[in-house]
Amino acid sequence: MSAKAEILARVRAAVTDLTAPLGARGETPWVDQAAASPAETIELFVENVIDYKAQVVRVGPDGVGGAIRDALTAYGASSVVVPSGLDPAWVSALGDGVRIVADEGLGSLDLDAIDSVITASAVSIATTGTIVLDHGPDQGRRALSLVPDVHVCVVHASQVVHDVPEAVFRLHPQEGMPRPLTWISGPSATSDIELDRVEGVHGPRTLHVILIEA
Amino acid sequence: MTAEPLTEPTAGPLQATSPTFVGMPKFPYAARTALGNTQQRRNLAHATGVIRAKRAKVVAEIDRWEELRQAGADAKDELLGHMAAYLEQLETNLTKGGATVHWARDAAEANRIVVDLVKGTGATEVVKVKSMATQEIELNEALEAEGINAWETDLAELIVQFGHDRPSHILVPAIHRNRSEIREIFRKEMGLVGRPAPDDLTDEPKRLAEAARLHLREKFMRATVAISGANFAVAETGSLVVVESEGNGRMCLTLPDTLISVVGIEKVLPTWQDLGTFMQLLPRSSTGERMNPYTSIWSGVHEGDGPQNVHVVLIDNGRTHVLADPVGREALRCIRCSACLNTCPVYERTGGHAYGSVYPGPIGAILNPQLRGTASDVDKSLPFASTLCGACFEACPMRIDIPKLLVHLRAKVVDAKGRNTVEGRAMAAGAWAFGDAKRLARLQKASTLGGKILGNRQLPALPGAIGQWLSIRDIPELPAQTFRQWWADRERKGGAS
Repeated sequence: MSAKAEILARVRAAVTDLTAPLGARGETPWVDQAAASPAETIELFVENVIDYKAQVVRVGPDGVGGAIRDALTAYGASSVVVPSGLDPAWVSALGDGVRIVADEGLGSLDLDAIDSVITASAVSIATTGTIVLDHGPDQGRRALSLVPDVHVCVVHASQVVHDVPEAVFRLHPQEGMPRPLTWISGPSATSDIELDRVEGVHGPRTLHVILIEA
Repeated sequence: MTAEPLTEPTAGPLQATSPTFVGMPKFPYAARTALGNTQQRRNLAHATGVIRAKRAKVVAEIDRWEELRQAGADAKDELLGHMAAYLEQLETNLTKGGATVHWARDAAEANRIVVDLVKGTGATEVVKVKSMATQEIELNEALEAEGINAWETDLAELIVQFGHDRPSHILVPAIHRNRSEIREIFRKEMGLVGRPAPDDLTDEPKRLAEAARLHLREKFMRATVAISGANFAVAETGSLVVVESEGNGRMCLTLPDTLISVVGIEKVLPTWQDLGTFMQLLPRSSTGERMNPYTSIWSGVHEGDGPQNVHVVLIDNGRTHVLADPVGREALRCIRCSACLNTCPVYERTGGHAYGSVYPGPIGAILNPQLRGTASDVDKSLPFASTLCGACFEACPMRIDIPKLLVHLRAKVVDAKGRNTVEGRAMAAGAWAFGDAKRLARLQKASTLGGKILGNRQLPALPGAIGQWLSIRDIPELPAQTFRQWWADRERKGGAS
């Protein structure tokens, strides 16, 4: 008997005492916190992102390019990699102070030599201060937002949901082309040495969030 | 040989005890050694105290926490009741996504599958994401036996690996080491296998983490094969989920060409929407954070993004044996958060090594004897490594009734031993004494006589098994009067006051 057949046979034999039919629990339960108002959801999101020691800058729709430029200057980034689908207006606002690298088959070592990355995002969660990337064209493949040390991430207020279940619902993989997801809650961190928290290990040590509000 | 009790599960074979833990002493003996390690006791008291407080704070933020726990338990119970259907659905969807699914009955089979896959790529080294499943099957040892270096990339696992040591906690495996020990380990070991620790390395955690970042970076950049576990595997969508903090997981899951994930068959979630529950329960219970820094989710192969050669190895290794026990099976709901360790007064003092398994603490005390059976000294003793205080059940996000399972397993251990033991004889004597009211009254009267003879009414040191038992326990003084005598006196003196 194949390992698969044998394991499935064992599994079936193990639960002959259970009689509830498949899916008897009904719809997957959805347990979440209620949002008081959209404005409070945004405030909670900002508060929780800052709590992770990430930076948050709030701008209007016209202020994104300038805010990205200011951030890269502040971190002393001399190079930045941009995903192919990033808003061209954001890229053109960067000016000459920084070397802009398009992602054309960059290897890991190429990425490691680049100081920073700019991405958009898919969904954010207020109760946890989490930003989710689905690595669409304005976010790029996963390695882009992983290897460079500074991650500038643009979040639109309309993308911020109140709690985890709603985010999960919005991120349901599409039939035929599921996307990889990366959930980011602050910069990388470890508490492995005497439980002393250190921000910044392997992932970007700096997370800079630009929040667009209408 | 004692006959197997009737309630003994029959569906799948037990897990073989891995070589590392063969011949482990009984818990009380191993614990005694651990209790003598004052450094470890200090570290553990600090660590468990800090995580407990953080957990309590973030759990209190969710007013529907009890509903969440119930939703988590219900999702896992739905899985356990129909595991065959969900495993087949998972395989179908993983395959549709471009992954190759392998099935392993036990540790040896899983190791052989992984070793063959790695050899097939020609790689002589792999980078690893912290994974309890691969620790359970001792995959690193199997790879090394075939000349393949397995590099742990989680900071704590790296400390354990470099220290030629064993993990002592599910979440923070190197919690028994302090910063100066870690500095010494890094200075001694890093240079042997790659970029050495800087000469001026101090014992500041920030500097130590930086040394690990630099050391591992070159390994991430050149690795072509990564090995991971998975926190969740979603049947509905064929998605695997890895929850982590440092970014080492993302490095392993993203940069290499080949990704092999070893996943216990109980890690499955029936639906995608179940993540809405579990991604609230796990981080808050585990690290005491609202959310862990990084979570990666992938569904097979993603064209042009990440590993293009993706494998998933589904392992049984004793799990179907646990599943067959109607009482014990709820232990398979466990999501390895370690909340029960942090809240356990026994674990806090003994640490993880005394449990003789990669699964320590209260969950280890119920999981190991079920996965491996109760033939060995350590597995026989684990159900007793608890005060039954119930703190673990309160903390468990999956509502696993650990105290109930401990009692269930205690009964099995005692049943298997039969009556001809100290406990068996004591219980038989108890049954005889309590079986007749007059006999009990005479015996109780005799015991007060013992108290009178002893004078200060303290028991002297006694020889044998009883003496051993008493040597670590404080026994109340023997009373001068039994309750029956006191009641009779009170009635004589005129009843209730």
